[in-house]
Amino acid sequence: MPLRGTLQHFAYSGAMKILVIEDDMEAAEYIRKAFDEAGHIADTAGDGETGFSMAEGGAYDVLVVDRMLPRRDGLSVISELRAGGDKTPVLILSALGEVDDRVTGLRAGGDDYLTKPYAFSELLARVEALNRRGASKEVETQYKVGDLELDRLAHTVRRAGRDILLQPREFRLLEYLMRHAGQVVTRTMLLENVWDYHFDPQTNVIDVHVSRLRAKIEKEFDTPVLHTVRGAGYMLKGG
Amino acid sequence: MPSLPAIMRTTAARLTALYLVLFAACAVALVVYMTSLSSRMLVAQTRGTISEEVAGLAGAYRRGGLPHLVRVVEQRARQPGANLYLIADPNGRILTGNVESLEPGVIDTVGWTERPFVYRRYGERSNLLAGEGSGRSDGTPRHSALAMVFKLPNQMLVLVGRDLVEPKRFNDIVQRSMVVALAMMGFGAFLIWFFVGRRALKRIDNLSEASRRIMGGDLNGRLPVSGSGDEFDRLSENLNTMLGRIARLNEGLKQVSDNIAHDLKTPLTRLRNRAESVLGGKRSSREYREALEATIAESDQLIRTFNAILMISRLEAGKSTEATTDVNLAETVRDVVELYEPLAEDQGVTLSAVVDAEPTISGNRELIGQALSNIVDNAIKYSANAGEAPSVSVALQTEGAEVVLTVRDNGLGIPAADRERATERFVRLEESRSMPGAGLGLSLAKAVMTFHHGALILGDANPGLEVKMAFPRGGKPT
Repeated sequence: MPLRGTLQHFAYSGAMKILVIEDDMEAAEYIRKAFDEAGHIADTAGDGETGFSMAEGGAYDVLVVDRMLPRRDGLSVISELRAGGDKTPVLILSALGEVDDRVTGLRAGGDDYLTKPYAFSELLARVEALNRRGASKEVETQYKVGDLELDRLAHTVRRAGRDILLQPREFRLLEYLMRHAGQVVTRTMLLENVWDYHFDPQTNVIDVHVSRLRAKIEKEFDTPVLHTVRGAGYMLKGG
Repeated sequence: MPSLPAIMRTTAARLTALYLVLFAACAVALVVYMTSLSSRMLVAQTRGTISEEVAGLAGAYRRGGLPHLVRVVEQRARQPGANLYLIADPNGRILTGNVESLEPGVIDTVGWTERPFVYRRYGERSNLLAGEGSGRSDGTPRHSALAMVFKLPNQMLVLVGRDLVEPKRFNDIVQRSMVVALAMMGFGAFLIWFFVGRRALKRIDNLSEASRRIMGGDLNGRLPVSGSGDEFDRLSENLNTMLGRIARLNEGLKQVSDNIAHDLKTPLTRLRNRAESVLGGKRSSREYREALEATIAESDQLIRTFNAILMISRLEAGKSTEATTDVNLAETVRDVVELYEPLAEDQGVTLSAVVDAEPTISGNRELIGQALSNIVDNAIKYSANAGEAPSVSVALQTEGAEVVLTVRDNGLGIPAADRERATERFVRLEESRSMPGAGLGLSLAKAVMTFHHGALILGDANPGLEVKMAFPRGGKPT
């Protein structure tokens, strides 16, 4: 049975400390509250200078930085943190959003990029994905979620000891889901990371791919592992 | 008619005036130099002739004495257009020759007369032309001449001279032609100013007038073009092209705001109504949840629409900062077909790809991928419930200087009359009203093609719709 419930039920198990640098106080307060509800601790800073001095200590797990900030723009905050050796994952929020903006943002040291307006579920999913990446930078060669196993080198997928045959794209899809097991993964995140396209899929193309994958890894097995999170995306979670 | 200071401020008038002054000064200097040079030459020539005459007369005197001299003088004096000859006694009384009277004192000085003097000839009073003499107030024509006086051994005085009518006439001609030349120069300058300056001024006035009208809000107004193809025309044509582009952008903007107002109001109203109706009565938490989820879904669709509009506007604005790289179109086709294959299969549509070439173009992979996705998405949507064996095929070929991506479906297609309109923003043809989507797919694809200097061409696939994305080979996006 697919899991249904509010977002906090799916919150990444470890609580994160998040700094939101955003000059729109109302938006910042809303994000802070939403992170709180998702089980994280979020602080806010209203301008680039304040944000920089708060982030400098390295006390946060993830930074959410708006690009256009008073007193100091977001990209310069990120570049200076990076220049000082700070490796805290950064998600850039931007009202712009052309491909080029994404490129400049990521080049300045950002780890992910989200264009306003966005859904909070998208922001939460991406922030949680970033934190996980911060914890273990190296990509593992083997993943195991419940009785589902994936070997990147041998290119094999097994569940409960039985081999499952996947198409190359399905394999990459599962690999990404397993790398972010326990986290919500949105459709755009899948399109970005599995297909390398950064646009918003208009129709349910991704859903169809996911349900095919689900059919292969859940059919003939008792417990579901690939769950649909309504209004957000998908999550792979062991029984 | 502009005022004089205004005229003088124009470049053409200033240049004309400057040239006029320069040329006039040059002409005057040249004429003065030439006349002085030639008159000096003429005087020297005259003196030479006179000296020869004197030598001749002196010879005659030596050979035959005074009577012979007198005879020679009288003979020479009778010839038409002759020099002046005069023999006088020591007191200056004229004895013979062709001179009737002289300025007093001329005969008394032996040697060259210091300056031209005035004299009167015999028998010429009646047939002299009025202007030819030096026309004194007494009405008697008199000539001026240059002469040499010498004394014979018997104290008689002999004067040999030459009329200065020729050099004087020459000077007169030069002076008159100078006046004429200056007058013509002035007239020419006026003409130049009139045709160049006035015309330029007038055309600039026309341009300013037209730009004022356009600035005043008449965005469909254009600058006048005379058709002569000169620099003013080229300027006007360029400005007109610019104005056309501005007008198109403006038109697009207006259309977008109209469409936004129209098409976004509907989902917003729906959103609001749903929230209101759920708040209105006592509901179960399940109903609240469903309403909220529907609200989120609706908002997501709104955000999607907004993003698409923004993207189209940015692409259509021309100069975009989108990064461009080499794009392998075959790879893009395979990516998109692979992405949509399961969806197509779910809908019972056969999706196939024919890749005949592996062309690389300069462009933006993301944008092309998105545009192709939109087209394939549409094709699957519209062929799914039409006819038997619905199918969508994607083909990539190189055709001459173009790389063409063709997406064909066997759905209902679009009537030829509606094809142009189909790529406009928010246009959803009547038959498709029941389908989901904001009607931005094809317009986004069109904007992407414009960005790549290509074209989006809708055609008939008999049956169904054929969409061609034609990229120029090796063309660079702006």
